[in-house]
Amino acid sequence: MVTTDNTIEVSIGSALEYLDLVQLVTDCITRFMGFDEDCSHWIGMSVRESVTNAIQHGNKLDQSKKVDIRFEVSPEQLDVYVTDQGNGFHIEDLPSPLDPENLLKPSGRGIFYIRSFMDSVEFRKLSRGGMEVHMVKRVSSN
Amino acid sequence: MKIETRTVGDVHILDVSGKITLGEGTMAVRNTVRDVLKNGGKKIVLNLADVNYIDSSGIGELVSSYTTVTNQGGKLKLLNLTKKIQELLAITKLLTVFSVYDNEQQAISSF
Repeated sequence: MVTTDNTIEVSIGSALEYLDLVQLVTDCITRFMGFDEDCSHWIGMSVRESVTNAIQHGNKLDQSKKVDIRFEVSPEQLDVYVTDQGNGFHIEDLPSPLDPENLLKPSGRGIFYIRSFMDSVEFRKLSRGGMEVHMVKRVSSN
Repeated sequence: MKIETRTVGDVHILDVSGKITLGEGTMAVRNTVRDVLKNGGKKIVLNLADVNYIDSSGIGELVSSYTTVTNQGGKLKLLNLTKKIQELLAITKLLTVFSVYDNEQQAISSF
C-alpha cells in the first residue's frame, strides 16, 4: 500500500481472497472522511463489486495480473479508480438486470449497484490495455 | 458465515448468519439448499436476520436458489430481511419475485 498527499494506492493480485482487505481499507477511508454508516457501507460495496469484476472478468483470475485501486481523498469527495489488466469491455453492451428476461439471472447486477450507490461512475479502456473504473462519492451526498 | 437448518413441520428453515459474498458464502447457501432438496424438502425459508453483509453475488445466489427450488416443484421464501438486503432487492425489482416475511410464523403458515 502506498500513501501520498490525499492519495492511497493499493495493488493486489487477481485473487478473491484480497476482497476483504480492499473493503477494510475502503471502510477506513470513508469513516475517516466522515461518511455515515450507510454511506460507508454502499461505497465499500461499490468498490468491492468493482474489484470483483476486475479480478474475475477483467483479469480472469490470472494471478500474474494486478488490480490497482487508487483512492483520492478531498474535502469535497472521494474518487476511487480501479484498474485491471484485462481486455476491457463496452459498458453499453451490458444487459440491464431490470429487463424482465434478466430478472432471474444469477449474475449481472454488480455494475447496476455501483451506479445506484455512487454519484458518478465512468468506464474507460486504457490505451496501454486494461480497463479503468472511476467512481465518485461526494461528501455532500452523505 | 454459518447456516443452521431446522424444521418446523415440513418447513425447512435455514438460519443464515455472517456474510453472503462471492465464494464461500454463496457456495454454502447453494449447497445447503441443494441438500434440503435432495432430502425431499420442498418448503424452504431463508432466515436472513443475521446476515451482516451481502454482495451482488450473494443476491444472485438468492435468485439462483429460488429458481432451483421452484424448478424442482418447491417454494423458497425469505424471512427477516435486513434493511440493506431489502434495498438491494428493491432496486433490482427482486422484491416482486420473492415472497418476503418479517414474522416466522407467517412465513411457515404461508406454504
